[in-house]
Amino acid sequence: MLLSLEGATVRFGGRAVLDAVDLEVAEHEIVCVLGPSGSGKSTLLRAVAGLQPLDSGRVSLDGRNQVGVPAHRRGVGLMFQDHQLFPQRDVGGNVAFGLRMHGAPKRQQAERVQELLDLVGLPGASRRAVAALSGGEQQRVALARALAPSPRLLMLDEPLGQLDRSLRERLVVELKELFGRLGTTVLAVTHDQGEAFALADRVVVMRDGRIAQSGSPLEVWQRPADAFVARFLGFENVVEATVGAEAADTPWGKVPVPEGAAQGTRPLLVRPGGVRLVPADAGLRCTVTARTFKGTHVAVHLQPEDAPRLEAACALRAAPAVGDEVGVEFDVTEIVVLG
Amino acid sequence: MTGRTRGAAARLGLIAVPVAFFAVFFAYPVAAIVARGLKVDGVWQSGRIAEVLAQSDVRHVLWFTTWQAVVSTALTLLIALPGAYVFARFDFRGKQVLRAIVTVPFVLPTVVVGTAFLALVGRGGLLDELWGVRLDTTVWAILLAHVFFNYAVVVRTVGGLWAQLDPRQEEAARMLGASPLRAWRQVTLPALAPAVAAAALMVFLFTFTSFGVVQILGGPTFSTLEVEIYRQTSEIFDLSTAAVLTLIQFVAVGAILALHAWTVRRRETALRLVDPSVTARRPRGAGQWALLGGVLVTVVVLLLLPLAVLVQRSLDAPGFGYYRALTRNDGGVFLVPPIEAIGNSLSYAVVATLIAVVIGGLAAVALTRRDAGRFVRGFDALLMLPLGVSAVTVGFGFLIALDEPPLDLRSSWILVPLAQALVGVPFVVRTMLPVLRAVDVRLREAASVLGASPWRVWREVDLPMVRRALLIAAGFAFAVSLGEFGATVFIARPDNPTLPVAVARLLGRPGELNYGQAMALSTILMVVCAVALLVLERLRTDRTGEF
Repeated sequence: MLLSLEGATVRFGGRAVLDAVDLEVAEHEIVCVLGPSGSGKSTLLRAVAGLQPLDSGRVSLDGRNQVGVPAHRRGVGLMFQDHQLFPQRDVGGNVAFGLRMHGAPKRQQAERVQELLDLVGLPGASRRAVAALSGGEQQRVALARALAPSPRLLMLDEPLGQLDRSLRERLVVELKELFGRLGTTVLAVTHDQGEAFALADRVVVMRDGRIAQSGSPLEVWQRPADAFVARFLGFENVVEATVGAEAADTPWGKVPVPEGAAQGTRPLLVRPGGVRLVPADAGLRCTVTARTFKGTHVAVHLQPEDAPRLEAACALRAAPAVGDEVGVEFDVTEIVVLG
Repeated sequence: MTGRTRGAAARLGLIAVPVAFFAVFFAYPVAAIVARGLKVDGVWQSGRIAEVLAQSDVRHVLWFTTWQAVVSTALTLLIALPGAYVFARFDFRGKQVLRAIVTVPFVLPTVVVGTAFLALVGRGGLLDELWGVRLDTTVWAILLAHVFFNYAVVVRTVGGLWAQLDPRQEEAARMLGASPLRAWRQVTLPALAPAVAAAALMVFLFTFTSFGVVQILGGPTFSTLEVEIYRQTSEIFDLSTAAVLTLIQFVAVGAILALHAWTVRRRETALRLVDPSVTARRPRGAGQWALLGGVLVTVVVLLLLPLAVLVQRSLDAPGFGYYRALTRNDGGVFLVPPIEAIGNSLSYAVVATLIAVVIGGLAAVALTRRDAGRFVRGFDALLMLPLGVSAVTVGFGFLIALDEPPLDLRSSWILVPLAQALVGVPFVVRTMLPVLRAVDVRLREAASVLGASPWRVWREVDLPMVRRALLIAAGFAFAVSLGEFGATVFIARPDNPTLPVAVARLLGRPGELNYGQAMALSTILMVVCAVALLVLERLRTDRTGEF
């Protein structure tokens, strides 16, 4: 394993910001840590970088324990959330910084700077002042700077956090391609699930300093580990249910469950696609309270009598109007019994 | 060793040098002189404190020191606050030059200021010649000189903040229905109040411990604590009274500094600050032009006139007679021609600046860390003490304490720069600290992750950002060292006087030639300080420091 954390713990005051975290990253793997703010994901990166000492546990790189090794001798790269380019140096000076620190000869520095600026799509920008760059350009320079000393592990803290949406969607594809081509090992943190799913080979969801779930983007999306992960991924239809062999008792009535689902009292998730609208005299009777246009579909908010709200995904034409009475049935393929 | 303890150890190492410096060259001499005064046969005579306090002339000095400081402060605020407003909110031609000119008095040696006011309102002064008015026997001369000195303190601290307050805050209040005056009172004034308080406390501190000005303008009638300490030690040789007075001043200064630190902390809280260049605009309407005119007249009459008179007096003898007299050794006042004081002063000041920059720089770097412990933060406040603790005591303490091995420096030239550096250090720390604190921690982390060692991080990230501040700090330390009088007057040797000491000695002797030479030397000193300051002004940015 290139990187492994064992029982890594960091306490601020009495509170464990990082609570006995175990995590492994293999060579050439792209791992995205996903979690709400305050879940400890930035602290995780800082602990690996050596900027935040551990209170207990260990961080190993290539099997070697890094506790006590200062940040500048760990040979990992970190791209900061707001880039942190050195304002008094030009673009070339920023990119060359790490090479200078490692004592690379001048000519080699110049060649590498040029190579990296080409790579990130800013050829010939070497003499430009960093203050004159746009947000997207700064992000590219920060990436080139982090990549220049060829770190064995590249870490990204909210890499695209401050950019606007369309730029973000374009850059995330570029990054994925670039890392694949270079074979870079990447550990990134973000609070944006879209970004994480687009970038990562493996997604790690964090909650209150602990790892809540780890798996491929598809696994995490299809089978959230628990109610927290499901809600964090944006699913609203989560309730406590008593799960039997074929169906579960929920506040919404009987809901069919997939074969082999764990039985007993558990949270149950109905994906919006699994909420089918039928005429008002069939199924669970609901009132439409709101409609939100989502581009490919319409999210319809439904209020049953004496039960939590439901969200349904509806084709554009079929969407009922606010105030309409509809019936609801559930599709077993879109139902997940959570842990 | 974990990263945490290593960081703490490095910080402790950084702070050790300034702490040792202050222990040996500040705490020890001051303690030595207090002990010398209050200890008889190894027994503390705490009863002396009550005895001294019971003396009516001591109480008189205390009373005068306090009320003249209160009145000086009030007068300075009254005269300088309109100036602060004008510099903050108005845009007019020559503003930059005027701002520099206004700051010159602050770095002028007290001796020069005293001499300049003597030339204006003293016997044979300009007002005496024109209208037969003399103020040098009244308290007005002292008060005016104090305003002259501290005008810049108020304009800088209050005006600097005022210029950065977002005018849209007031506009928001107006939109919610507040009249212009109401909006100012409810929005701007509360934001400004801590800065006004901090400036007022600084002025109070400087005037409470005033020495050179009162020594020259006060005559036999008026005496501050500092002047009295000097009189008791060097003229009456009553060390125990001097020791008690030193203690009193120490307590008072400590209280003022604590209050100041508190107001400064409050000032730092959550204000929306904007680029000063966007808040100033050309004055509009008769009222605003009149205000601008009034401030200009004040600057000319109060700040420029005394200096102009000083220069004119120094030229009063035909063919630069007073200046030429400086090159002759008359054998009376000095063992050497007075002109040599210039060389002495400059070389002392250069050495003092070096010491102050190294000591103050180390302290500032150690204090930069936000996670600094209570010990370090306490040291922050202690660093300010030399600003207010009796320089006379320090000077005399040097003579008493540093006279035996391993620290037998009594006859060494280094004694003078050491004492001057002590006064320069607070300026260095105050100038550099805000800039160092403004450097984003993550910028340092970025460098560190890219492979820079802690020392390399400092050189590559911090140094380029504080280079300007460092130069400004050095300039302040230089100007302050050049003008230091209270301590130097004790320890400068007769054959190596500094400029302020030479001026004071010349003034202390009768005769027109001595008077004229004092004016000439003061003029030279003023020009040197003014040039140093104007060079600084070109380097200054808005982020740099409190002074």
